[in-house]
Amino acid sequence: MLSPYRVLDLTDEKGFLCAKILGDLGADVIKIEQPGGDPSRGIGPFYHDIPHSERSLYWFAYNTNKRGITLNIKTPQGKEILKQLVKRAHFIVESFTPGYLDNLKLGYKALNEINPQIILTSITPFGQTGPHSKYKASDIVTVAASGLMYLCGDPDRPPVHTSFPQSYLHAGAEAAAGTMIAHYYRELSGEGQWVDVSIQESTLGATMNAPSFWDLNQVILERAGPFRVGLSSQARQRLIWECRDGYVAFAIFGGAFGAPTNRALVKWMDSEGMASQDLLMMDWESFDMATATQQQFDHFAQPISKFFLLHSKRELYHGAIDRGIMLCPVATIEDIVDDPQLRARDFWEEVEHAEVGTAITYPGAFIKPSDMCVKIRRRAPMVGEHNEEIYGGELGLSEQELAHLRQDRVI
Amino acid sequence: MKQALDGIKVADFSWIGAGPWTIKYLADHGAQVIHVESATRPDLLRSTPPYKDSIPGLNRSAYFAIYNDNKYGMSLNLNHHQVMTVVKRIVAWADIVAESFGPGRMKKWGLGYEQLKEIRPDIIMFSSTQQGQTGPHRDQPGFGTQLTSLAGFTHLTGWPDRPPALPYGAYTDSIAPKFGAAAIMAALDYRRRTGKGQYLDLSQYETGCQFLAPLILDYTTSQKIANRIGNRSPYGAPHGAYPCRGGDKWCVIAIFTDKEWESLCQAMGNPPWTKEARFGSSVGRKNNQDELDKLIGGWTINFTAEEIVAKLQAAKVAAGIVETSEEVYLDPQLRHRHYFEELEHPEIGRHSYPRPGFRLSKTPSQIHLPAPCLGEHTEYVCTKILGMPDEEFVDLLNKGVFE
Repeated sequence: MLSPYRVLDLTDEKGFLCAKILGDLGADVIKIEQPGGDPSRGIGPFYHDIPHSERSLYWFAYNTNKRGITLNIKTPQGKEILKQLVKRAHFIVESFTPGYLDNLKLGYKALNEINPQIILTSITPFGQTGPHSKYKASDIVTVAASGLMYLCGDPDRPPVHTSFPQSYLHAGAEAAAGTMIAHYYRELSGEGQWVDVSIQESTLGATMNAPSFWDLNQVILERAGPFRVGLSSQARQRLIWECRDGYVAFAIFGGAFGAPTNRALVKWMDSEGMASQDLLMMDWESFDMATATQQQFDHFAQPISKFFLLHSKRELYHGAIDRGIMLCPVATIEDIVDDPQLRARDFWEEVEHAEVGTAITYPGAFIKPSDMCVKIRRRAPMVGEHNEEIYGGELGLSEQELAHLRQDRVI
Repeated sequence: MKQALDGIKVADFSWIGAGPWTIKYLADHGAQVIHVESATRPDLLRSTPPYKDSIPGLNRSAYFAIYNDNKYGMSLNLNHHQVMTVVKRIVAWADIVAESFGPGRMKKWGLGYEQLKEIRPDIIMFSSTQQGQTGPHRDQPGFGTQLTSLAGFTHLTGWPDRPPALPYGAYTDSIAPKFGAAAIMAALDYRRRTGKGQYLDLSQYETGCQFLAPLILDYTTSQKIANRIGNRSPYGAPHGAYPCRGGDKWCVIAIFTDKEWESLCQAMGNPPWTKEARFGSSVGRKNNQDELDKLIGGWTINFTAEEIVAKLQAAKVAAGIVETSEEVYLDPQLRHRHYFEELEHPEIGRHSYPRPGFRLSKTPSQIHLPAPCLGEHTEYVCTKILGMPDEEFVDLLNKGVFE
């Protein structure tokens, strides 16, 4: 869908996903790294656990559909080359500390003078301006500042974040949405603009209704381990249940939505002689989540809990699918890769990695459009892999000029 | 003030979380949006807390409100035998039709993509579901609350010696809308250039997998199954949440390099234990992180989280407050950027709406219209936006089409 457009991607791990999404949608993305490769190539996990700048699976995963060049934008020659590239580009995505590009005379104003239609998307922990804009951050800092972390974890231990960093991904995806909105306006008005993305704010969205509990009711929701808070104002619901070989996710919902699934579960339990009288007699349609008490939830939970313990997560999920019960496994990465649903939708893609002599299975498209095939057209670039193609082929630099640039560590 | 998407029209049949949230990105940037529901089947978030004064009511939920600002609210009974006359007007008006029902439901109402195309050939239809329009599990009912577990996030949240803790809320509902909005905008651009509309099939599950992609590659290449590791980082220590003065108050600190470690030691006043050989290298700190966490917690507990963060940021150490839902409203950075905007809602009163996580320099998001009460704009939408004659509106109203 975006094949006429070019993206220059100057980001580190804070912004990889933005340009990847544009690339997945068809844009021509050029990843620009410092000579020798971006430090983010040191982020694991690594292919076969071997730390190496050409083996980072983090790099692999979020830089597909990008070509790669090296360029030192701090040198005068490097700046000139970047400006040449900016003239032909439609988007620039970057994640430097606020003010860094300005100091290099490559800030939005300068880029806009070179190409008035350019869209500059800047992804930073807290945004370009404000009292925290220059704060030092890492994933756990922005997750904490978003309010998400306080809501997660066991009550008797510190709040936790998800073990795999999430906030940069929220920001990268959010940035793609903002960039595309700016793009639509540009195509109609002829004007580019600056998209200022805050990682803190992009992650704050994931707290969903929690801030509103304070806003409306002056209630601070607290972490509750396997229980869900924030759905019923009176009680907490168990959402994670132990089963024979792991855990499953299931919640007792009331009303027209919960009733069929609760009834189906009770019927299944009854067929194995495990439904309590109370469960069998329950009128789920009139079970009101807003007024249900903790005792009611806990009372129902006992027989359900016993039933789950006798079954594996696979049995429970298959049984739930057959019966239309809102239950699913607490899946591991292995369960996800084995899931027949994703396979049936051709989600997985084999991507050739000649440099390690094998093909690697990747998660595929995030969307299935009817008029375009979103797929991985190329693996992530190796350091400077497309220098000759871009500098030689496109900018018309001679081999001699390239050799000089290499020698001066410009590329 | 100019808005980026002035002139774009969206018929938003979607409901609950991910669908309406996707369309909010467009609504907050100037698209004209009609949120279509039915009094016979109100948006489920209308009966999900928090409510004004904690009293349930279809127009009292802020959960519904925060995803439906800047939208007109219309009630329409899609099961009514005369509804197609209204539906045709809406679809002919719209650039985009969004929905989030189970696969096949729209088609049964006469609103499948092929049917919409007959009314408007260049329509863009966006369907947001749990697991996609195809495949053996497409009809599996559920919400993001369960899908978060299916997509792997629950297993990866919490402590290695304990059962998993939940990522808060319907976590995958917060992922899908970003991808959805980007794809819709790309489809609009494609239509502008080619004249062609299209159908977009979004599976919330598949968007969730994008947020764990490197771990998936670690499994497909090395059969390694990632596990939750609390607040630890494989790349450095100390790394985690530390107790602060004042009850359940916490700060986070993240140290990766020797330089950062030295800055932290200095900010703590170089207590003797920091000189111990076992903490002298990043490998040593990693190997002794239990002990290290206790010692650092012994320092942080003497200060408020604000004090710790001020000290550490001054020393260029990555640190932050574990903010509560109250503290995000007081956060000076978020206030500076006007992340929350207050509007007067007819039944909720004055309350806050979150903006998208980005600001466009020339056409920033604006939140100007509170979320609609159920069916609040039905008459306005029909007679003013869709151009329906008053008599026809009254006739359909009397027949119950707008229930």
